[in-house]
Amino acid sequence: MTAPATPAPAPAPTGEVVIRTEGLTKVYPGGVKAVDGLDLEVYQGEIFGLLGPNGAGKSTTAGMLTTRVLPTGGRALVGGVDVVAHPAAAKQLIGVVPQSNTLDRALTVWENLYFHGRFFGMSAKVARRESDRLLEQFRLEERAKAPVLALSGGMAQRLMVARAVMHRPSILFLDEPTAGLDPQSRIALWEILEELHDDGQTILLTTHYMEEADQLCHRLAIIDHGRVLALDTPEALKASIGADTFVTVSTAPVEPAVRQALADRLTGSLTGVTNMEVTDDGLRFGVRGARGVLPAVLAAADESGATVVDLRAEEPTLETVFIELTGKDLRE
Amino acid sequence: MTTTEPSTPTPSTASAGLAPLELPTRSTRAASTAAFGALLLRDLVVLRKNLREFIPRTILQPLLLVFVFTYVFPKIGQGVGGATGASEFSTLLVAGVIGLAVLFQGIQAVALPMVTEFGVTREIEDRVLAPLPVSLVAIEKIVSGAIQGLFAALIVFPIAAIVPATPVHLKIHWVILLTFTPLACIMCSALGLMFGTVFNPRTVPMLFGVVVLPITFLGCIYYTWASLAPIRWLQITILVNPLVYVSEGFRAALTDVPTMSLWAVYPVVIGFTVLFGAIGIRFFRRRVIA
Repeated sequence: MTAPATPAPAPAPTGEVVIRTEGLTKVYPGGVKAVDGLDLEVYQGEIFGLLGPNGAGKSTTAGMLTTRVLPTGGRALVGGVDVVAHPAAAKQLIGVVPQSNTLDRALTVWENLYFHGRFFGMSAKVARRESDRLLEQFRLEERAKAPVLALSGGMAQRLMVARAVMHRPSILFLDEPTAGLDPQSRIALWEILEELHDDGQTILLTTHYMEEADQLCHRLAIIDHGRVLALDTPEALKASIGADTFVTVSTAPVEPAVRQALADRLTGSLTGVTNMEVTDDGLRFGVRGARGVLPAVLAAADESGATVVDLRAEEPTLETVFIELTGKDLRE
Repeated sequence: MTTTEPSTPTPSTASAGLAPLELPTRSTRAASTAAFGALLLRDLVVLRKNLREFIPRTILQPLLLVFVFTYVFPKIGQGVGGATGASEFSTLLVAGVIGLAVLFQGIQAVALPMVTEFGVTREIEDRVLAPLPVSLVAIEKIVSGAIQGLFAALIVFPIAAIVPATPVHLKIHWVILLTFTPLACIMCSALGLMFGTVFNPRTVPMLFGVVVLPITFLGCIYYTWASLAPIRWLQITILVNPLVYVSEGFRAALTDVPTMSLWAVYPVVIGFTVLFGAIGIRFFRRRVIA
């Protein structure tokens, strides 16, 4: 994100804290505790994800960090600025892509960028140049003169990202950035975020899509009921559940007792079985070391009198981690 | 950032261990001033782009009002103006029509867009992220609405002065005109901010049916406040109507028609401005910050 005349500061060494929250809490009127004593640190240059189901407190957290939601407890610093005490100063440091389309309907695509630049103190000349440059970078130059209502969802989202990074914020916030986007636009947005990251942009995003969290984020906080349940790299989180392979077995309709017998047999015969769970149509378990597991399952099923109709072995996903931590599905 | 402001220290809240990364290169005050100016520029650019809507919506109501009451009625011999006569009526209507135009700008330029931005498009969320205090975003709306009110007054004045079939006796009191006009425009715009933050898309029909209608009919547009003396209770009741003071103020600025004392008009208009502005800013903050 460097331009000849307004060079961005050289990327500082990683490890510096851009966001810090200490006991950050939000209780909405009526007593709903959306965020409950959140302690977070986000480092410069990383893509940090808040992963959790709807209503987990992700957006409220993003809202507090971006001055739009007032915390009821704790504090939050962005780039060293207390967002509650000095919101106007904090707003100079942040770029925000909100969940809904907040583009200025009265203006064209190009004007949306131009005026954003002016809001953030750019001269007319610099704002013009930066608007042109960003439209090119985000492949929107052909739409420069179009009203924003004429943009597709994916293009509107790209324009909002372009707008949010125009003033070179210390941190870019994206609240559920790909919710409602078609798969192609989603991938295009991921690429854009990767490019911004390569240029040194620190990014905090909230999402309930595991793929998004897994693919993009360097570190993740899994949150539910306003609390951090786990915080680590996606790899470490997946490793934390103590199995490197998850096996899903579907059987032809049989008595639950048969499935239970199969589960018991496998638990006894295989080493390192974890998370054994009897499901409606079969069973599911984790195991350390996948070698020889599938033949063993088939053999055990045979002996238990169950017919296997589907058998899958896969690496643990963030979904598995989430279920492990909360006992429920991400989409519930 | 391109301003050459010397960088001011960021608010001294940086805790130990929190590296000062890309700290603001400008003081909050400089950033706020620039953002305020840019927001105003944006509103004026949008106004210029929408002139084809602005002009008809501004002139049509006053034009029809003046046309029917002061052109059609005298021509067909249907007297309006009672004992004062048609010419006097045309004269006193000039001020009322300008007051009405300014009031409607407050609603059309500030309140209605705000209802949409809050309730439907959420565009306001982006405006609120500009680097200035939220209350200044609201104040910018008042200023921008007041400028549009000023344009409206300028457009409507010739209509009210030229269209009537009977002579209009204008006597411009420049000191009053130049001081009162901006004040009236700011008050109507502040009223628009208050309405825009109090009403939502569902309740906005109430704004017209229940609030604007009595304000306009009982706003001393068609009669002077003093002439209401025979209906004393009405004369007293409508003192809560801000349009009364706007109409009377313009009347004092543009004609020799006897009006309410300016010693009352100015302080009340200033008082209403502060009241509407304070309520508007308070509700604006409440709407944008959870």
